[in-house]
Amino acid sequence: MSAVMVDDHHHDGPDSGIKRWICTTNHKDIGTLYLWFAMIMFFLGGLMALVVRAELFQPGLQFVDPQFFNSMTTMHALLMIFGVVMPAFTGLANWLIPMMVGGTDMALPRLNNWSFWLLPFAFTMLLATLFVPGGAPAGGWTLYPPLTLQTGAALPLLIFAIHLMGMSSIMGAINVIATILNMRAPGMTLMKMPMFVWTWLITAYLLIAVMPVLAGGVTMLLTDKYFGTSFFNAAGGGDPVMFQHIFWFFGHPEVYILILPSFGVISMILPTFARKPLFGYNSMVYATASIAFLSFVVWAHHMFTVGMPLAAQLFFMLSTMLIAVPTGVKVFNWVATMWRGSMTFETPMLFAIGFIVLFTIGGFSGLMLAIVPADYQYHDTYFVVAHFHYVLVPGSIFAIMAAVYYWLPKWTGHLYNETLGKWHFWLSTIFVNLTFFPMHFTGLAGMPRRIPDYALQFTDYNMLASIGAFGFGLAQLLFLYIVVATVRGGERATDRVWDGADGLEWTLPSPPPYHTFTTPPQIR
Amino acid sequence: MTAQLMTAARWLAGAAAAFSPAALAQLQPYNMPVGVTDISREVFGLHMLIFWICVAIGVVVFGVMLVSLVRHRKSRGHEARQFHDSTAAEIAWTVVPFLILVAMAVPATQVLIKMEDTARADLTIKITGYQWLWHYEYLEQDIDFYSALSTPREQIYGLQAKGENYLLEVDNELVLPTNRKVRFLITSNDVLHAWWVPDLAVKKDAIPGFINESWTEIEEPGVYRGQCAELCGRDHGFMPVVVRAVAPDEYERWVAGKQAEQPVAAAQPATGSSN
Repeated sequence: MSAVMVDDHHHDGPDSGIKRWICTTNHKDIGTLYLWFAMIMFFLGGLMALVVRAELFQPGLQFVDPQFFNSMTTMHALLMIFGVVMPAFTGLANWLIPMMVGGTDMALPRLNNWSFWLLPFAFTMLLATLFVPGGAPAGGWTLYPPLTLQTGAALPLLIFAIHLMGMSSIMGAINVIATILNMRAPGMTLMKMPMFVWTWLITAYLLIAVMPVLAGGVTMLLTDKYFGTSFFNAAGGGDPVMFQHIFWFFGHPEVYILILPSFGVISMILPTFARKPLFGYNSMVYATASIAFLSFVVWAHHMFTVGMPLAAQLFFMLSTMLIAVPTGVKVFNWVATMWRGSMTFETPMLFAIGFIVLFTIGGFSGLMLAIVPADYQYHDTYFVVAHFHYVLVPGSIFAIMAAVYYWLPKWTGHLYNETLGKWHFWLSTIFVNLTFFPMHFTGLAGMPRRIPDYALQFTDYNMLASIGAFGFGLAQLLFLYIVVATVRGGERATDRVWDGADGLEWTLPSPPPYHTFTTPPQIR
Repeated sequence: MTAQLMTAARWLAGAAAAFSPAALAQLQPYNMPVGVTDISREVFGLHMLIFWICVAIGVVVFGVMLVSLVRHRKSRGHEARQFHDSTAAEIAWTVVPFLILVAMAVPATQVLIKMEDTARADLTIKITGYQWLWHYEYLEQDIDFYSALSTPREQIYGLQAKGENYLLEVDNELVLPTNRKVRFLITSNDVLHAWWVPDLAVKKDAIPGFINESWTEIEEPGVYRGQCAELCGRDHGFMPVVVRAVAPDEYERWVAGKQAEQPVAAAQPATGSSN
């Protein structure tokens, strides 16, 4: 009898101390772990970006050796992509999907624990490469051979770290799909699901489809380096360009893995603060699915200069341009959601609007990059750097921050400091543009990416970008402060938090109890 | 209302004048170079065409958004309308962008087909990338030489004032005749590189074990500078490309002079190469 009572107690609330976090199978705890992990990696990856920007503040070599500079660009990308954006979205999925579909938890809670706990090991291994002979990987996050095969002792560590990250992502994705397809409350039909759930469902399929491709590609690098194979070695009958095809077959859907959940977040936030339903829900779902489908047939637009046949270049140009159609539909639908609403501009809304404007600018430069003859000039220059940072920083990162501000009162039961939140938004927006907008110009003027030193005509805009980067970095300390302060205390949040909020998570108390929807909610 | 529209039109015309070709030429360091070949001008034209289309779409989308942000706010007492669908609007904003894309794709395809036509070249240069310098081989003239960065280390490490062409200067320039179709065969001896000269609108990857083709026909004599564009290791930022285009008769004299000294050059070891 007493054993049963202990057992009951165990399932009511979290374990105490560190065991709560190590052994947890609770979607809220695991969501929190993912989000804090992403926050730590965000500052580490940001620090690496600041090393890059410090070196590029003026021409000449001032601070670091070019090899270490290359390590910094490589590691910055790996950390930000695999350590920040992907875990942050998985954290949001963990926290939100069960509450949004009216389920008790994720469908596979133990797998969930393992998916998360692989990450600290993966990233410890990756960061450990900074201290091995030969230094950290310096061949770019794209890992192109033969250069990547010149990596020293870091190479196997890097590859196994990528394997672990891939396993983590795949298991996370399986869990998301299993949860969405099985854990929905009665009446929550697929076409009633919140957009965030939809975008994550599609993202999860992308993850399952492409992470094994990356794993295969990097394993071939491993065997080329250590087991005498010649997959990518022309002298042995292989082809270095084949790696690029494999990599970008993963890499392009990966780009959408990094952005589709943002689309979901924005589609949740806009209706709340416009006090008006999302415009064109159905077309949003279809547009997301179309983008996901097209993402599998555009990969070679990352490699127009490798010397493909004309027909292949035309195909990849046209298919890439086609993606602008569903992406445009999303942007138009968002604007139509705002149109004739009754808008207020709390911090999540500010970040959402910032996202739409700045992501669209990144979309425009993406369209320009699709035009093959012009891409010959843009390719591997700072124009590309500007493009993907516009879609990733004020794109994915802004969406994540919007989501944190939006749901933080729900998660913690406390309201964050609105004034500080607005400061954070405006500082971030000003500095993110100061950092990345000048890169369009330096790229067009002919500055290649991934160089530690540059010709004198690029100086002024590089200085601006460096000032912007340090400003942006410092502004993020404010974000950390706001989050910590809100977790620790603050004005009590109501259940609904935002007067325009709509959805099952807002019917729960703030903060929600450890276990929610143990009885399924009624769906209208 | 009409007066407002007129004001807006005048303002737009003024803005357009500010971006006229003359004004743009002054901004040239911060835009893509127009370049000195037929192809580079066409590429520049495409770039500007797509840019202006994007600007136009941006003005419309952000304009509507701005109007909404100003007028449809709660603080101004605007009541939310509860519409959430409009099939007509959704079809329109699917079809119209599609048509705009077709309009972009047609000229892009035409230029691309021209760029890919390497046939009937007057001379052929084989370009090989090394970590971290270039090797040029004039296949018909039996001339070959290496071309490496000539900026002194003292300038890079800030012990000396940096020269005008800092990091964009080499010991041996690639000399090419103007008004001749030059075909490039591009490959690499170690890792990937990319041979890029913005003024020629030529950028092609150098891939070990494979040969890529590209071409140019330079119209104006001059010195055109570029860089390796594909990450190739520690000194990726330090392997520039310098092309000197000269009139055909001057080019012939250069070839004759180079051929005279060539046997001596060929006897020299391949500096800096890995083999």
